[in-house]
Amino acid sequence: MAKRVVILGGGTGGTLVANRLRRLFSGTDVELVVVDQNDRHVYQPGLLFVPFGLAHSEDIVRPRQRQLHDGIKFHESGIERVEIGANEVHLHDGSVLGYDVLVVATGASLILEETEGLAGPGWMDKVFTFYTPEGAGALEAALATFDGGRVVVNVVDMPIKCPVAPLEFCFLADWYFHERGIRDRVELTYVTPLDGAFTKPVASKQLGGMLADKNIELVTEFNTSEVDGAGGRLISYDQREVPFDLAVVIPLHGGASYVGRSIGLGDALNFVPTDEHTLQSKVADNVFVIGDAANVPASKAGSVTHFEGETLVENVRRHLAGEPLIDGFDGHANCFIETGFHKALLIDFNYDTEPLTGHYPGRVGLPLLKQSRLNHLGKLLFQSVYWHGLLPGRDIPGIGATMPSSGKIPVAATGATTTPKE
Amino acid sequence: MPTTMIAATQIELNDEGFFVHPEQWTEEMAAELARRESIDPLTDRHWTVLRFMRSEFLDKGTGPTVRALGKTSGVSVKELYQLFPKGPAKVAARIAGIPKPRGCI
Repeated sequence: MAKRVVILGGGTGGTLVANRLRRLFSGTDVELVVVDQNDRHVYQPGLLFVPFGLAHSEDIVRPRQRQLHDGIKFHESGIERVEIGANEVHLHDGSVLGYDVLVVATGASLILEETEGLAGPGWMDKVFTFYTPEGAGALEAALATFDGGRVVVNVVDMPIKCPVAPLEFCFLADWYFHERGIRDRVELTYVTPLDGAFTKPVASKQLGGMLADKNIELVTEFNTSEVDGAGGRLISYDQREVPFDLAVVIPLHGGASYVGRSIGLGDALNFVPTDEHTLQSKVADNVFVIGDAANVPASKAGSVTHFEGETLVENVRRHLAGEPLIDGFDGHANCFIETGFHKALLIDFNYDTEPLTGHYPGRVGLPLLKQSRLNHLGKLLFQSVYWHGLLPGRDIPGIGATMPSSGKIPVAATGATTTPKE
Repeated sequence: MPTTMIAATQIELNDEGFFVHPEQWTEEMAAELARRESIDPLTDRHWTVLRFMRSEFLDKGTGPTVRALGKTSGVSVKELYQLFPKGPAKVAARIAGIPKPRGCI
């Protein structure tokens, strides 16, 4: 009898898993169904460039269906709930999909209402986020007419998608105002709940130094309680205030809302409890989770999702064949960090190894944790790799799913101190 | 690894002040641990949070983050900061004798 694999979400993870499974099961009678609430696949790394006029929303959105290979069904509907006991997905359009294996790939959503005042007066007027196409577009218009004052970039809480993006926003804003000749009239401030610029020590020190070099003030351990758009201030739970004329806020993230309506599927923030090495959920043996929807302690980033794909697909095959799962995923992440002035730096890390200096993927390669034009070109080229390599579920030549160590300089050799990760 | 005497017991703490062996913790130690965090006295509301963190840790192997606490403990995030002004998740974890919550990446 035919087996059915239902994949919830047609973003980065859902698309690459569907395409990999299609290749793996070609010629067999495994039915693949991808469900999504709309047919707009957003290249999310591109959102960072929209506010500065370096990309346009229409250029970073493509139809989801066109990224799926032949033989994969696309079902466009919102999701009401999953019944994990009955192996059923109930959709907003009234249909019910039974499954043998469920892959949760519905990513992370922004929860504005968790922060008092964030969606209130001033929202999309002087309080913005660039984490949605609409927000990034509105922010572009606001920046274009901004001619001086206090700009704050505020991360409400971790985890967020692409934890380096808010820092990149700061670096690009510095460059943008510089190019417009008004940098001396703009005060830039980065306000974070962390105790430094980034979560991991060596990168935090490097990035913190870059903020200082670019005259961007760093406010740490700020847990945002309220955004007062009318009064132009951020207020923390311990009653500190940061004034602004324009705020760029990264709201609290949670899993998709249907996870909360599905009994036993998610945690308090609607992320799905997941084994960090096998990517099998902890809530049911036949439920697997990829990308931002999982609660694994890895960055919420497209590169992580890509590196997870190989292990997840192999484990879906093993589950269907009744074989033991592999502990394949090591938490590997890498990201280009755009730093403005046609430069970028690159970081590469996993569950056990923080971002280090050196070269990637080996001794000869792109410089790590160091600004270079080569990394900037890498970042620009990546958009094409995303549509034509990642989403079709191909391995990228030279870039393995597990983290390489050969080109890296260990912490002891750099003289940096390590502290336990947050 | 530094050790310290709490409630007449030798306790091993890590560099950040979290219990290395959570099973060494007893309720009698909480008041003294709280005073070290400048919290005195421990009220029933503090205890609601401490017992919740303890049971979450025993259940899941890690303590909850502030947001998860606010959603599931019955104490709002705002009140959590009133009870533990220097950071609810970390301070309550120290007083409840559990490791640092594995929250943010």
